[in-house]
Amino acid sequence: MKLFKKTLAATAITLLAASAQADITIGVVVPLTGPASGLGIPAANQVKLWPQTIGGEKIKVTVLDDATDPTNGSKIAKRFVTEDKVDVIVGSVATPVGVAIADVAMESQTPQVALTPVGLPPGKDAWTFRLPQGNDVMAHALVNHMKKQGVKTVGFLGYTDAYGEQWLKAFTAEGEKAGIKIIAAERFARSDTSVTAQALKLVAANPDAMLIVASGSGAAMPHKAVVERNFKGKIYQTHAAATKDLMRIGGKDVEGSYVVSGPVIAPDQLPDSNASKKVAQDFVAKYDKVYGAGAHNQFAGHAYDVVLVLEKAVPMALKKAKPGTPEFRAALKDAFETMGRTVVAHGVLNWTKDDHWGYTNDTGVMVKVVNGDWKVD
Amino acid sequence: MDFSIASILMLDGVTNGAVYALLGLATVLVFTVTRVIFIPQGEFVAYGALTLAILQTGKVPGTVWLLLIMAALAAAMDAVEVWLRQRDTLRSLTAAGKTLALPVVVAGVTAWLAPMQTPLLVQAALAVAVVTAFGPLVYRVAYQSLADASPLVLLIVSVGVHFAMTGLGLLFFGAEGFRNPAFWDLRLGLGPISLTGQTLIIVFASAALIVLLWLFFERSLYGKALRATAVNRLGARLMGISSPAAGQLTFAMAAFIGALSGLLIGPTTTVFYDSGFLIGLKGFVAAVVAGLSSYPGALVGAMFVGVVEAFGSFYASAFKEVIVFTIILPVLLWRSLHGGHSDEEH
Repeated sequence: MKLFKKTLAATAITLLAASAQADITIGVVVPLTGPASGLGIPAANQVKLWPQTIGGEKIKVTVLDDATDPTNGSKIAKRFVTEDKVDVIVGSVATPVGVAIADVAMESQTPQVALTPVGLPPGKDAWTFRLPQGNDVMAHALVNHMKKQGVKTVGFLGYTDAYGEQWLKAFTAEGEKAGIKIIAAERFARSDTSVTAQALKLVAANPDAMLIVASGSGAAMPHKAVVERNFKGKIYQTHAAATKDLMRIGGKDVEGSYVVSGPVIAPDQLPDSNASKKVAQDFVAKYDKVYGAGAHNQFAGHAYDVVLVLEKAVPMALKKAKPGTPEFRAALKDAFETMGRTVVAHGVLNWTKDDHWGYTNDTGVMVKVVNGDWKVD
Repeated sequence: MDFSIASILMLDGVTNGAVYALLGLATVLVFTVTRVIFIPQGEFVAYGALTLAILQTGKVPGTVWLLLIMAALAAAMDAVEVWLRQRDTLRSLTAAGKTLALPVVVAGVTAWLAPMQTPLLVQAALAVAVVTAFGPLVYRVAYQSLADASPLVLLIVSVGVHFAMTGLGLLFFGAEGFRNPAFWDLRLGLGPISLTGQTLIIVFASAALIVLLWLFFERSLYGKALRATAVNRLGARLMGISSPAAGQLTFAMAAFIGALSGLLIGPTTTVFYDSGFLIGLKGFVAAVVAGLSSYPGALVGAMFVGVVEAFGSFYASAFKEVIVFTIILPVLLWRSLHGGHSDEEH
C-alpha cells in the first residue's frame, strides 16, 4: 500500500510537471503503409521539418501510421485524445481515414486539421478543418478551363473509392452550371492490371475531354489506357495526380494533358500577383533542400500549411486558455474560425463558423505537362 | 456491343487470364505437394516486376539484401537442426554452406552487375534469379518445420508470410508504383484489335511454361518425385523421396513462375509493392475453380476469370471485383454437391 501511495504521488508530480510546462501536443496520423502511403510519406517527411516552437510554445509531435485503414485511423485518433491528450489532431491524408477520424474529433471535441478533402454531412464537421482545396474548388478551376477550351462533353474514369465518388459529385454540379455534361462514367481500382474495357467504353462514347480521377503513380495507367485506345481529345487529371510520378510512369503519353493543382506545384511560374507565390516558394525551397530537387508535392505542402495555420491560431487561443485543457481546444477551434484570411502555400484560406473548407474559387491552378515538366497554363 | 468491342475485350481477358493461369498453376502445384495454400504467390509477382524496375535505375534492389538475410537465417536453421541431430560441427557447417551457396552467388552477381547498364534481358534474368532463390528460403524459414501441421495451420502461416512480404516490399521498393519498359515494341493492327508485342509475349510465354511444366512432371525424375509426394506423402518418403527437398523444389518453382508473371505484366500496368496480392488472389480463384488439384482445370478457370473480368469491367466497372470474386460461390457450391465428402487430406 505504501509503495502504491508513493507511485501515485510520483505520478501526480510527473503529471503536474508536465502540465506546468504546457507544451502544445500535436498528434499526426498519416498512412505510412498501405495504398495511400505514397501520399502519407511526403507529408510525414514535411512534419520532420516542422519548427520546435509554435507561437512561442514548445510543441510535442507524435506521428503514427494509420496504414490507410479507417479502423486503424480511428483507433489512433482515440489514443491521441485519451492517452496523449493532444490539442490538435493532424490527418489523415487518405479520405476514408480522414472521415473516420472526424468522428473521434467531434466526440472528443478536439480540432482536427485534415490533410485530405473529407466530405461530411453538415454539422458533422464542426471540429474538422480541411487544408486541401475542396473538390468543388478544384472542379471549378477545371470546368472554367474546359469552358475556355470549348469542351461540352466529358468522360469520367475514376477510383471506386471516396475520392472518385466526391469528384464525380463535385464535377457534375460544377459542370452543370457551365453546360458541361458527363456522358460516361467508369470506375477502376488502383491495383487493377488493366482498364482496357473501361477505356474502350469511354472512348466509344466519344466525349470532348476525359477526366481521370486517381492519385499519385496510380493516375498514369488509366491515362495510358485511354491514349492507347486512340483518344484524341483533351485529358484532365485531378490534384491528387499532381506529382512527378505521373510523368515518370506515363512518359510521352501524358504529354499535353492538363492537371488541376494548388499553387505549390510550380510556384516559380505563378504571376507575382498570386498571394501564395512567396509562401509556396519558401516551402519548395526548404523541402527540396532536404529531400532532393523536384521532390516536393502537394501532400508535403499541406503539412507545411499546418504550421502556418497554427502559428496564427495558437497565439489567439493561448490568450484564453492553457494547452492540454478542453478550454484550449475550444479556443483553438474558435481561433480557426475567426482568424480570417490566411495565406498558405496552397492558396488563401478563410475558415468561418459555417465553412471549414475555406478556399476561394480562384485557388486552383491549371498546369499542363510539357516536356515532362509542369507548365502553368 | 459489337464484334470489334467483343474481340478487344476477349483479347484483354485472355492476356490477363494467361497470367492468372500461371499463378493458378503455381498455387495448385504448391498445394498438392506441400498442402500449403500459398497466399503470398502474388508477392513474387510484385517482387519480380519491382526488382527489374530497380535494376533499370542502375541501383542494387533491396531484395538482394533480403535474400542474403533470408539465406543466413535458413543456413543457421539448417546448421542447428543438423547439429541437434548428429552433434557433428563439420556436418552442420556443410549443411549451412549448401543452403548459403546459391543465394550468395545470385546476390553477388546481381550486386556486381546492377550498376553497369546491362541489356534489358540480362536484367530480367537477374530479377528472375533473385526472386526464384527466395522460394526455397521462404519454405525453409516459414514452413519446413511445420510440414506435418494441418492445412489450416499452414494457411495461417501463409497469411503471416503474406503480410511480412508486403511490408518488406514497401520498405524496399517504396510506396510509388513502377512500369517496366516493354520487351518488344511491336504493334500489329488486326482489324479492330491492335496486338502489342507484350500481349504476344504473355500468351506465348504462358503457353511455353505450361508445356514445360507438363514435360517436367511427365518426363523428369524430379517431376515424378513431386507427383509422388503430391499423391501420397508418406509413401513417397518411404520410397526415399525427401519431403523437405520436394517442398523446397516446389517453392522454387512457384517463385520462378511468380517472378516470370511479374516480368510479363510489368510493362502493361503500373505495379505497386502491394499489387501482387490481388493478382495472386485471382490466380487463386482460378485454382479453386480447379478444386486446387487439376492443372488443366486451373488453366480453364484462369481464362474464365480473365474474360469475366474484362467483360465485367466493360458493363459495370464499379462492381468488377464483386463479379470476379462472386464466381467462386457457384463453383464451390457445385463442387460441394458433386465432389462428395472426402475427409482425406491432399
